[in-house]
Amino acid sequence: MKDLSIRGRVAIAAVATVLLAAAGAGYVQLARDRAAASGAVPVTTEVTLDPGPRLLVSTGGRLAVVSRTDPSGPREVAGVECARVYAAAGTGVCLQPDTAWSYRLIVLDSRLRVTRSFAIPGLPNRARVSASGRMVAWTTFVGGDSYSTGGFSTRTGILDTRTGTQVMSLEDFTITRDGKPYRNIDVNYWGVTFTTDDSTFYATMSTAGRRHLVQGDFTARTVRTLTDNVECPSLSPDGTRIAFKQAVDADPQRGWRLSVLDLATMAVTHLAETRSVDDQAAWLDDRTVAYTLRAADGAPSVWSVPADGAGAPTMLIADAESPATLQ
Amino acid sequence: MYLSTVTSPPATGTPRRSGRRGLAGVSANVFALGTVSLITDVSSEMVTAVLPLYLVLGLQLSPLAYGMIDGVYTGATALLRLVGGYVADRTRRRKAVAGIGYGLSALAKPLLLAVGSSVSAIGLVIAADRTGKGLRAAPRDAMITLSTPPESLGRAFGVHRAMDSVGAFLGPLAALGVLAAAAQSFDAVFVVSFCVAALGVLVLVLFVRDRRQAAPATGQVSVREAAGLLRVAPVRRLVLAACLLGLATIGDGFVYLLLQRREELGTVWFPLLAAGTSLGYLLLAAPLGVLADRIGRLPVMLGGYVALTAAYLLLFGPLGGSPLLVVTLALYGLFYAATDGVLMALAGPVLPEHLRTTGIALIQTGQALAYLLSSVLFGLAWQLWGPATASRIAAAAVVAAVAVTLLLLRRPAAGATAPAADSPTTAPDAAEPAAQKEISR
Repeated sequence: MKDLSIRGRVAIAAVATVLLAAAGAGYVQLARDRAAASGAVPVTTEVTLDPGPRLLVSTGGRLAVVSRTDPSGPREVAGVECARVYAAAGTGVCLQPDTAWSYRLIVLDSRLRVTRSFAIPGLPNRARVSASGRMVAWTTFVGGDSYSTGGFSTRTGILDTRTGTQVMSLEDFTITRDGKPYRNIDVNYWGVTFTTDDSTFYATMSTAGRRHLVQGDFTARTVRTLTDNVECPSLSPDGTRIAFKQAVDADPQRGWRLSVLDLATMAVTHLAETRSVDDQAAWLDDRTVAYTLRAADGAPSVWSVPADGAGAPTMLIADAESPATLQ
Repeated sequence: MYLSTVTSPPATGTPRRSGRRGLAGVSANVFALGTVSLITDVSSEMVTAVLPLYLVLGLQLSPLAYGMIDGVYTGATALLRLVGGYVADRTRRRKAVAGIGYGLSALAKPLLLAVGSSVSAIGLVIAADRTGKGLRAAPRDAMITLSTPPESLGRAFGVHRAMDSVGAFLGPLAALGVLAAAAQSFDAVFVVSFCVAALGVLVLVLFVRDRRQAAPATGQVSVREAAGLLRVAPVRRLVLAACLLGLATIGDGFVYLLLQRREELGTVWFPLLAAGTSLGYLLLAAPLGVLADRIGRLPVMLGGYVALTAAYLLLFGPLGGSPLLVVTLALYGLFYAATDGVLMALAGPVLPEHLRTTGIALIQTGQALAYLLSSVLFGLAWQLWGPATASRIAAAAVVAAVAVTLLLLRRPAAGATAPAADSPTTAPDAAEPAAQKEISR
């Protein structure tokens, strides 16, 4: 290097800059072509959320509906973009990209007309509607909230579509933890599921390294802890059990086991799915839950498994995520 | 020896004492190091900007698991930084150690794509990137001090840090541009980021010169001698002051979080808060560096901490709305501009030349660990007394740390530019002519 004249070095740098710029630009072009080749999904315009034996999913980033009896059959794909989607009783919720960096929540009626729309902070994670279609909940991942380096946190909110009451974050709710009043800045909530009274809900509250199942009261703005190591609860239609993901050995880094908690006995049953499930399960009926699994590259597919621990998982819908029944 | 080492390198082009050239008035080597930092920061901030999107949307990972991995490596990289500094001094190959650091971070970009969605592998790659960042900082700053006459160190670090922040400012914009051009493909961002980082390494190899002075009379640098740095009073006082000031400084995340909560900002605004600080930093770093050379580095650095105190008090102060955001971020940028590079300018002449990288690594590591501890303490204070009281306690802690620093460093204030005289381990180095000038004045 010492033998090179300054002119020689500048020449090398210039050539290298051109080559590296060409390599970068070439890859960008490649990525663009690849995206164009994957093509747009043909859109069916007359998709509805009307009750019936059908399943709602998100496929290729769009809201879609398939038959419950023939889930791998033809799909009705709507023009509505949704990273997460859920519906009940003709009310839909969809977490929709605004830009590459920001998302909004839209509430849909059964004809997919937008009845409400607002920006939500961060990246979409979970979305739920109560069985009556009245209450809507969402969870997002938010960067930079935590003081630890690279820390992430979640933001969970609830909307009452009847009164318009909107809580953008549950973190100001009054907490009773292990029977005692509690507060901490590291409190995070995720994965809300509603009971039929449209005020009581279950969710996961994380604080001080523990992930609690909490029962909350939206009207009173309170939560209390019930048990530990329960994430993303999903209440069964009959209201007796909660499907959830249980961190293996209470360590989320080791993955999650899809499980069911009996609320009367607090007994936990591991379901037949042994692969790690990072999703809020959806009950298809009182005996079956559906959930999203991901390949190593992030490609999703929807599976179902009996809720009693017996049987075996079966794939319902390829290349789809965020399942919900429209029953 | 001084003159002979100065006149030999044709690449830096200019003798060091008259090493003012170009717009910035810094030596060619400092300008080259600044260019490397600028390019590298474009590359690394591109990835930082899209990493959460990639992990959460691309791979659909739970970032809560990722965050835990991240924390584990912080301690390990701090230790590696010290080892890197020592190796750079012992082998007198600062450029090589810095080059390994830059190279490691560059390689981490394509590796991120290669490891797929394995949480632990991603954690390792991110740790490698951090390690690279830790390894390169001390040798880079040591090279800046070694290619700048002591009386211009403030300016040199100011210009370097300004160039560095320009890169940090441009990085997210570049990522946005690539995402738009490549149909939202994350891998394109990583590939382009790698190309940019590779260019940074090349500029380092081609244009940065490591001043390879003759081996010191004592022979090779030993661990005992490196550890002996802390027995030298001015060094010990400086490290202590740096740690104390670090201990009084709460993390950026807290400041932005409080601003966001107070103003109910959407999360879209979150990166913009950091960008606002960067803007203040890059505009003020060079002028404040020049000011530090004129009126003294200690007053400028402590002035920066006064700005920090004001910023903390404003978090729950009388202002609101956009005046709150603008004034707080301006003060915060001022704080960075008046402290980060200026501390290094303050440290350079105090540290003997043959142990300079180790010494700088010591100060940077001490401060980094102090930051970590202060963040935990602030978290506790928040939990116990709420955010308003906690931020006022932080402001009081800064005032106390400033007062103690003043006591620690004021006495050898004359020595801040000329400590060589009372430092037994100091090799004949660049500080000496300045010392003589100071004394003869």
